[in-house]
Amino acid sequence: MLDNLTARLAQIAKRIRGEARLTEANISDALREVRVALLEADVALPVAKHFIESVRAKALGEEVVGSLTPGQALVGVVHRELAALMGEANVGLDLAVQPPAVILVAGLQGSGKTTTCGKLAKLLLGEKKKVLLVSCDVYRPAAIEQLKVVAAQAGADFFPSAVGEKPVDISRRALEHARTHYHDVLIADSAGRLAIDEEMMREIADLHGVLMPIETLFIVDAMQGQDAVNVAKAFNERLPLTGVILTKLDGDARGGAALSVRHVTGKPIKFAGVSEKLGGIEPFHPERMASRILGMGDILSLVEEAHAKVDLEEAKRIAEKVKKGKGFDLEDFKQQIAQMNKMGGVASMLDKLPARLAGQIDPAKLQDDRQFRRIVGIINSMTPQERRKPELIKASRKRRIAAGAGVPVQEVNRLLNQFEQMQKMMKMMKGGNLQRMMRGMKGMLPGMR
Amino acid sequence: MHFFMLAVESWATRLKAGLARTREVLGTPLAHLFARQRIDEALFEELEAALLQADCGVEASGSLIAALRERVRSERIEDGGSLKRALKQALLELLAPLERPLDVSRAKPCVIMVAGVNGSGKTTSIGKLAHWLQAQGSSVLLAAGDTFRAAATEQLVAWGERNRVAVIAQPSGDPGAVVFDALGAARARGVDVVVADTAGRLPTQLHLMEEIRKVKRVAAKALEGAPHEILLVLDASTGQNALAQVKAFDDALGLTGLVLTKLDGTAKGGAICAIAKQRPVPLVFIGVGEGIDDLRPFVARDFVEALVG
Repeated sequence: MLDNLTARLAQIAKRIRGEARLTEANISDALREVRVALLEADVALPVAKHFIESVRAKALGEEVVGSLTPGQALVGVVHRELAALMGEANVGLDLAVQPPAVILVAGLQGSGKTTTCGKLAKLLLGEKKKVLLVSCDVYRPAAIEQLKVVAAQAGADFFPSAVGEKPVDISRRALEHARTHYHDVLIADSAGRLAIDEEMMREIADLHGVLMPIETLFIVDAMQGQDAVNVAKAFNERLPLTGVILTKLDGDARGGAALSVRHVTGKPIKFAGVSEKLGGIEPFHPERMASRILGMGDILSLVEEAHAKVDLEEAKRIAEKVKKGKGFDLEDFKQQIAQMNKMGGVASMLDKLPARLAGQIDPAKLQDDRQFRRIVGIINSMTPQERRKPELIKASRKRRIAAGAGVPVQEVNRLLNQFEQMQKMMKMMKGGNLQRMMRGMKGMLPGMR
Repeated sequence: MHFFMLAVESWATRLKAGLARTREVLGTPLAHLFARQRIDEALFEELEAALLQADCGVEASGSLIAALRERVRSERIEDGGSLKRALKQALLELLAPLERPLDVSRAKPCVIMVAGVNGSGKTTSIGKLAHWLQAQGSSVLLAAGDTFRAAATEQLVAWGERNRVAVIAQPSGDPGAVVFDALGAARARGVDVVVADTAGRLPTQLHLMEEIRKVKRVAAKALEGAPHEILLVLDASTGQNALAQVKAFDDALGLTGLVLTKLDGTAKGGAICAIAKQRPVPLVFIGVGEGIDDLRPFVARDFVEALVG
């Protein structure tokens, strides 16, 4: 209920409907709600205050265009400003330097440095780089062992180090090794440290001096609270950070820390960690993060995930069919459901929908994606001809199909109705744009009220 | 008894020292507020800001300030010193119900299962907890139930070596099997306490929440009444998600206590205020430093003292 800022603002907007401009008076309540939303999302208080003031300044006098309510217009301003503050667009790694390009990661204990090192290695290996990993964490028990295992999983080279050694010496030798063995990239993991631990902060500054990394990445836990602003400030003062990686974004934290860190360091957030698996790293998208902090969901990520995981050949074949006007048949519908399952099933898609949409879906109905299996069962009970030409299916065929799939006839009717709607949508869509197709499919999810 | 009193005192000093470092870095938000002579609206606003910045959350901060206003009115508080006492009192009333000592004598072996999100400090806390239990005179066995993360077993084994405590681990990937094994070993060896580590998991990973439920069931099957304690390890620097974590793990497992770690940094762990209000699971231990003896039983009065000064 709290995470639905849009709904709360809509409530306020009802009271101020019919005003043509945003004024001090009609936005103050709404801005208070925005402030609460930001604090609930763990945006640091000074950052939230600063942000509210800048929105107030920008919003005043803004014209309420067309059919928008002042509340909606304000959400527009808030979202725009938040996205702008998060950074203009996604910024990737900069490794344009004479090899080895060195990446140094730093952060608090438990922020996810070692796992992130493995993910970065895997990412870079995918770009045909030769990668060497080294651990300078001689403090936490088995930290070096952990990186060694992670390196092996990623398929990257590992430079061994030992607990008795000095981190600076380790890094010097690793750098030398990377040079003589023609590695493109050296990724150096460091021990977790508190920003107020003077000795440890000096150590990481020394490490930086030896390695001269082209990328110095600060790792931040997306669940971090108000303190993020202090920690990021302290690290930024001691290390010339080049970017930030936000981890554990697959949790349900709204990730206001991202805004705090961005605000005090001014450095781009380059990646987001989204699972424990080594492939779980995504380019960071400022605009989507803005939506998440405001509780507006992450539809765009969903679309992109669809792009990545859906079998492109299959999608193309379907798109081709639609283009030729040959029609989208039930067989294709079945394929689409199979692809949806590949994306982690409906439950994982649900996470990414805005609260407003997700609220309309009854999670109980989604259990085990049983509904989908039913649909597949019904389609499997049809003859190939029926699948190609569903209009053939009349009462007696329906009875036969229902009996074959073990469902009531109404379910067969419902499927056919859904399919018909889908076909209509396909016709509207010219050229088979997958993104639009996915958006349309959302409405077709079973369980949607 | 004397040893315990000493320990409490040194903990209070240490916690205070830790937060004092914080004050040096940040400048103290609270102390200078109370030095002010007049109690006015601006002061309340600044106090609320201080609570918000300690991660107390919008709701808990709001209700603490409301309680404080009420006290100021009814008790005719006029100076900063009395206001400070009143705030401490309000915080104490909120947090004192969370105080609960860990009692491992009610079963033998007493089984403690430790859960938490990734990176909250589960394994490190178990290392310290083993040390604390030994200092209390209990024999301890550790179960390496984190079979997922790379080198998690090695990390726990290292803590076992430091404490001279046996660690039960398995090459297989099933945490339930490890716990089952460990309970058998504990009974055979007549050990007092078994502490079982589990892999870090986010509450959104439903299959992993189901897995940890299974670990609990397996423990109950291996030994009646087990696990006797289910502790959730929380990182003090976590913001409002801490409450969500407590709710999710409590719903899945039925928590008996919390461990709040990393209080030696600049984070103040104020999320515990929100937890106390909305899901009052007892806070059993707090982690106040990186040393092996830096895990201490939670004492609300000391905590408030360290927080407000």
